[in-house]
Amino acid sequence: MAQSTEQRYRVAPVRPRRRQWPFPLNLYQSAVGRKWVMAVTGIGLIGFVIAHMVGNLHVYEGPARMHEYAESLRTIGAGLVPKGAILWLLRLGLLGMFVLHLHSAITLSRMSGNASEKAGAISGAKKYEGGRDHVAATYASRTMRWTGPIIALFLLYHLADLTWGWWLGDDFVPGDPYHNVAESLGNLPVAILYVVANVALAWHIFHGAWSMFQSLGVNNPRYNHLRRTLATGLAGLILVGNLSFPILTQAGLIDEDGRTCPVGEVEGNACLAEQAADH
Amino acid sequence: MGSGHGETINVTLKVWRQDGPGDAGRFDVHQQAISTDASFLEMLDQLNEQLNDAGAEPVAFESDCREGICGTCGVMINGRAHGPQKATATCQLHMREFRDGDEIVVEPFRAAGFPVVRDLAVDRSPLDRIVEAGGYISVNTGAASDANLTPVPKPAADMAFDAAACIGCGACVAACPNSAAQLFTSAKIGHLGLLPQGQAERWSRTESMVETMEEFFGSCTNHGECSEACPKEISLDFIAFMNRDYMKAKVKNRALAGQR
Repeated sequence: MAQSTEQRYRVAPVRPRRRQWPFPLNLYQSAVGRKWVMAVTGIGLIGFVIAHMVGNLHVYEGPARMHEYAESLRTIGAGLVPKGAILWLLRLGLLGMFVLHLHSAITLSRMSGNASEKAGAISGAKKYEGGRDHVAATYASRTMRWTGPIIALFLLYHLADLTWGWWLGDDFVPGDPYHNVAESLGNLPVAILYVVANVALAWHIFHGAWSMFQSLGVNNPRYNHLRRTLATGLAGLILVGNLSFPILTQAGLIDEDGRTCPVGEVEGNACLAEQAADH
Repeated sequence: MGSGHGETINVTLKVWRQDGPGDAGRFDVHQQAISTDASFLEMLDQLNEQLNDAGAEPVAFESDCREGICGTCGVMINGRAHGPQKATATCQLHMREFRDGDEIVVEPFRAAGFPVVRDLAVDRSPLDRIVEAGGYISVNTGAASDANLTPVPKPAADMAFDAAACIGCGACVAACPNSAAQLFTSAKIGHLGLLPQGQAERWSRTESMVETMEEFFGSCTNHGECSEACPKEISLDFIAFMNRDYMKAKVKNRALAGQR
């Protein structure tokens, strides 16, 4: 009888255990493993953000060098594989990292939601009816679930803006990123949107680049203080670099007043390529 | 902050009252005149005596040792697990930490894994489920072996001792915005996993305890609230240790299973 009483009052699991998938997929079934995936994809995505930013600094060298840089991305491994093949492989890898990062974030948020918010719902209360006092959690760590979706939505806007050219219409010239950037970021509301999104990105990385060390178990009390320094430095670097584009475009540093080549996909791009070769 | 010795202060207590699991709860408000030398639980004792005298139901709360080592007394005080004083369990918190005229909100620890039993008392048995899953070492009984037969490196002994300070009060879960039990579980895993006696079951223990933890609690997002709330100041370093050991365990347990 004692056991049946114990069984009756046993706290039920919020997330009952499922049958394990074969190794290594079973790592992704656990939250600890999923955080590990989030950290690894986070490192890859930070790497992309930095490479993207550094590459884009070519815009300050003028339309010809920017065109040359854009072209060089398409011709990575040009001697071995068809044009654009490596670029597409990189894009697929990037897409895969985004999908895993987002999927793990969404499912883990739901898991935590089930474990915390439902707690109060049982007694008709919020998690803490009398409010709660955060001591250690930073503003960045508590807003990860806001900055994340902001970045994801901005990313779609950014692709439609400067990769697919949906909003620029006839003003969008494939292969002439300098012209496209000047057209898009010369528009004040668009520049403000870019500023807001990049602040959210830096904010996200400020917590993420610290948090990933814990998730991966990279921890040595002697060097732990450097993790915060690194995260702050990375966030600061990305903030300064990425904010320079909308702000300096608005300040008139990126414009087409001094342009000598015509704007156009065939004639214009050929002229830019020639200028870059002469340089 | 706080008041001096031997003063009497008047505080307004907002205490969570809930008749049973699944019932709707509410706050009751009581005025208390209390000595600053009284502990927080003595203040609740005084309130309960007044309620008893008035023929009302006393507030249900848990306590046992009242010296900060048993881990039963945790409540949420003004939005902080175990109240405003760092590295202090509720029973060791004294009224001198509060000032005359303060309003004090007292709530139970809340998490889906900690259902409210009554008023401030919660069922923390999911922490027991985690320990049952591997928070032990297996030793054959018989004649006691010589002391110091198993050498333990001093740094490992120190760190294991820090982890062993965990009293299992559940403040880490209560303070966590995700209701995650990472700090508790990692303290148990770190305590045994660092010592030579814990090595034989290190990998099976880690895998089993982490997976049991994930049945009841949320997922860690590295806020660090747990370590701040912990009356024994368990370090976040143990969470990293657990995360590292879990990933290793998944590989090693598979390799060990292949040897059979």
